[in-house]
Amino acid sequence: MSPHEEEILGKAYDSRLARRLLIYLKPYRGIAAVSVLLTLAISAVQLAGPYLTKLAIDRYILRKDFSGLNFIAGLCLLVLLAQFALSYVQNYTMNWIGQRIMSDMRLQIYKHLQQLEVAFFDRNPVGRLMTRITSDVDVLNDLFTSGVITIFGDVFTLAGIVIVIFIMNARLALVTFSVIPVLFIATLIFKVRVRASYRRVRTAIARINAFLQENITGMAVTQLFVQEKRKFAQFDERNEEHRAANHQSIFYYSVFYPLSELIGATAIALIVWYGGNEILSGALTLGSLVAFIQYSERFYKPISDLGEKFNILQGAMASSERIFKLLDTRPQVFDPEQPEQSPAIRGEIEFRNVSFHYNRGEPVLRNVSFTVSAGEKIAIVGATGAGKSTIINLLNRFYDVSEGSVMIDGVDVRRLPLGRLRRSIGIVLQDVFLFSGTVEENISLHDPEISRERIEHASRIVNADRVVQKLPNRYLHRLNERGSTLSAGERQLLAFARCLAYDPAILVLDEATSNIDTETELLIRDGLEKLMRGRTAIIIAHRLSTIQNCDRILVLHKGELKEAGSHQELLAHRGIYYKLYQLQYKEQLAPTGTL
Amino acid sequence: MLMVALTNVFALVNPWILKQAIDMLSRRFDHGTLLRYALLIVGMSLVEGIFRFAMRRILIGVSRDVEYDLRNDLFAHLLLLPPSFYKRNATGDIMSRATNDLSAVRMVLGPGIMYSINTLTISVMATALLFKISVSLSLLAFLPLALVSFTVKKFGAVVHSKFEKIQEQLSTISTHVHESLTGIRVVRAYHREQAFIEQFERSNNEYFNRNLSLIRISGFFHPLNGFLLGISSVMLLWYGGRQVILGQITLGEFVAFMAYLSMLIWPTIALGWVVNIVQRGAASMGRINALLDAEPEVRDVNAMPVEIGGRIEFRNLNFSYNGAAVLRDISFEVPACSRVAIVGRTGSGKSTLVQLLGRLYPVPDGSIFIDGHDINRIALGNLRRAIGFVPQDAFLFSDTIQENIAFGGIGDPARAREAASVAGLDQDIEGFPHQYETIVGERGITLSGGQKQRATIARALFTNPRILVLDDSLSSVDTYTEERILHRLADAARGCTTLIVSHRISTVQDADQILVLDEGRIVQRGTHSQLLDQSGLYADLYEKQLLKEELDVES
Repeated sequence: MSPHEEEILGKAYDSRLARRLLIYLKPYRGIAAVSVLLTLAISAVQLAGPYLTKLAIDRYILRKDFSGLNFIAGLCLLVLLAQFALSYVQNYTMNWIGQRIMSDMRLQIYKHLQQLEVAFFDRNPVGRLMTRITSDVDVLNDLFTSGVITIFGDVFTLAGIVIVIFIMNARLALVTFSVIPVLFIATLIFKVRVRASYRRVRTAIARINAFLQENITGMAVTQLFVQEKRKFAQFDERNEEHRAANHQSIFYYSVFYPLSELIGATAIALIVWYGGNEILSGALTLGSLVAFIQYSERFYKPISDLGEKFNILQGAMASSERIFKLLDTRPQVFDPEQPEQSPAIRGEIEFRNVSFHYNRGEPVLRNVSFTVSAGEKIAIVGATGAGKSTIINLLNRFYDVSEGSVMIDGVDVRRLPLGRLRRSIGIVLQDVFLFSGTVEENISLHDPEISRERIEHASRIVNADRVVQKLPNRYLHRLNERGSTLSAGERQLLAFARCLAYDPAILVLDEATSNIDTETELLIRDGLEKLMRGRTAIIIAHRLSTIQNCDRILVLHKGELKEAGSHQELLAHRGIYYKLYQLQYKEQLAPTGTL
Repeated sequence: MLMVALTNVFALVNPWILKQAIDMLSRRFDHGTLLRYALLIVGMSLVEGIFRFAMRRILIGVSRDVEYDLRNDLFAHLLLLPPSFYKRNATGDIMSRATNDLSAVRMVLGPGIMYSINTLTISVMATALLFKISVSLSLLAFLPLALVSFTVKKFGAVVHSKFEKIQEQLSTISTHVHESLTGIRVVRAYHREQAFIEQFERSNNEYFNRNLSLIRISGFFHPLNGFLLGISSVMLLWYGGRQVILGQITLGEFVAFMAYLSMLIWPTIALGWVVNIVQRGAASMGRINALLDAEPEVRDVNAMPVEIGGRIEFRNLNFSYNGAAVLRDISFEVPACSRVAIVGRTGSGKSTLVQLLGRLYPVPDGSIFIDGHDINRIALGNLRRAIGFVPQDAFLFSDTIQENIAFGGIGDPARAREAASVAGLDQDIEGFPHQYETIVGERGITLSGGQKQRATIARALFTNPRILVLDDSLSSVDTYTEERILHRLADAARGCTTLIVSHRISTVQDADQILVLDEGRIVQRGTHSQLLDQSGLYADLYEKQLLKEELDVES
């Protein structure tokens, strides 16, 4: 999903979302309260500055009092120190809270993802899920660090200034405030306009991006049909719109900034003029006049910051909406409420009238029934799309059946505890997935119960040990992402070791189709034979040698179980298997036959 | 530049007026002068505002104009670059140059320049005025400001290294999440969810700790700056206050000094920001230039317009790509108006062969001829207009079906219906919500693979080409539909030379000549029946196809 699609210009405040966000603040409410108090204290200290200036001018400078001046300078220094210390602690606590909440949220999302069924990950690209856990959470950090808490400070500062200057001189205060409505209205109009033109800019840039994306992909078509000129004109039109939108937005900014300065200057002019008259009548001191000017300057920042806070709030709402939507997705495959407490799994499998579809009306499996007795080895063959891998997915509940039932030792898999079911089935997938980490970690998958001895033992049995011994640090060798330094065959052997270390009652293997060199091929064949020993095995077979090693062959065709029997029986039957054999397996006979 | 200077001159006038006003207030009172001063303040800031308005509009506006021009140049250049370029460079990367990098460059040209000129002029002028008021006071007040610059630099280095550690940890987290989500089946199959959650939690906590360690330092930075700037004001209050008492400066000058000092705070901070923008912009400009410097491999040299009939000849063509030989010693002739088919396994070089005809890659001189002209001497536009190309991946623009079929542009739009009917798409289109005006692609309806392929065939037919090239363009169409399309094509394309690439025998069996390609060489040639009589690749392919068909029929 491209960034512009993610951008939802929703409403800035949604009480439902806000309440839910506040829950995350709850564990840290003590610290949050401290942080708010500190923010208030800082505002108070900041208010002291201009007032101290007033005192300095009125009491000491105009009265030529040197020691008083020293005193007030000392006092200013103290105020500064206090402000420094308070700001530091406040900043630290606020960021601590923000980081803590982000950390909590990421963990929550990650845990949730680990509960969602495999099908969910087929529907949602990994990139999008990553965005939830990274950028969306980051946006919320802004909300907690610069949004919620500082808003208290801003409001308090504004209120403080109002109170102080009213006490100093109520009439002058009123005169000064006469410009506030103008400033407020100007800001309001500006924010509305800027938001509209911001949208226009975003839309324009989104159109440019979409156009570029499409036309880079289809560049050859444009060139082959000699349509470069037309495409350029179309691009220019979008580019021009983007420029126009920006010029509009520049105009607003160019008007607003000088305007707000003009309003500020007007306030100062009013203070000088009216305040000067007040001084004449003795109602105001010169120091107060200076303090008034300084206070009026401090009034503007919080007001114009409000727009900024608004944007943060809006972004946070959009992000939290996406995060909560993810968190509200309920897992479709979950542990049974009252799981069957059966003894150890022996490995008898039954598919009884199983049908399955990902999308309604497009059945992948149709009324498939078969049984595999404990310790039996079954090969499943069929053309691409016949539904072979679906059998695996249903057996260990990556998906649940649409109709019928899958049973292990006579118990429906949906009634077995998920963990126990999956640990009793060892899976080796076609494309072996290795994590970045040591070989040891890749075999044990961080299970502390699987000792180093067991790992090495398992590796020796399935011939993975030979691969490991070639690596610089043996079992402690760090594999990079997806184990890309190893060949497909070597990865397969490591997956065998992983499977054997877990010692499952049932083995499920989706044989790799990729070409593997003869030496590794032999190691794999030997390893597989040992791995299958004493286990029920279901193998999606691509190699003739594997098929011939199995007790029985099931032939799937277009989602239906069409034929079953031994290699010789099926060949004699001259049905689908016979044709598949001609098409896919016969050629393997020549090279492998000589081995 | 002048504009910026003038803006700042007017900005600097106001504190001076304030000084005059206050000095007057502390000596004698005069209502008229007071009002005049007040009006002067408003007037000056009005003038300043007008200048500032013009400055922003011009400087930032120009940067947007430059951005616009640069983006157009970029796209114009992209239109010239060959498919090989798009194979080497990811779409995302090209796009990020046309957007992110471009906006980084604009930031330098607009706000970057504006703020640096602003900072420069205002600090020079304000400093001069401050020194004019009192040299010793200025020196004393500047001392903490110098310290600010020093801390910005000092802290910058520490913050940078801490920040990198955070980024490192973030990438560890991202890798972990990415891996555990792509490898979700393994995690689930071995029931290791808990272990992965614990692992994530450790990384997550480490990330928290590293962030906190940065905050501990950077949290110091802002308050410290505030503190140093505050010291500056205290100095002013204390030492300046003494000077006022001693009569060395007036109270008005004292107040003006405060105002000027506060004007200098923003430029001091902006300096670091501007440096940052310029650095990023320079890096981005480099990336944009790299794109603009990419050479279009195919261009017209000594080319001339030619009337194209349709006789094609490949003469000892050897073609290598990225150092690997793709086609070797290819020679064959296609008489005008005849139909030639090319078959072979995936990767045998079939597609490259027909793409060379449209000069999508640089063609060696003297190896491909149309009507006796070396295609390198035929003007590119001229050549490509004569060829109706149906590429392998059926790409359509997200536009109406009408626009997509009439993409070639020349000819009566109504002919789109004719083309659609030959391609066997007309009935499908009648079923679309807005028929020919239906938008396809992301913003419209999604076509099936077969519909897309048929649309691209219609698109090629629309231009009434002399040469029609079908690059494996019927693979998603079932054999029955394929047969019908080929039949109608034979009628409609009677006047044009046809090249068909396919891996399906049914598509090619009626061709006048069939070439069998293997590892870049022509290994067999002849008609369908001739090739079946030889034992070889063609007969093999045929046999397999028959088996597959049998399997498909079975159910």
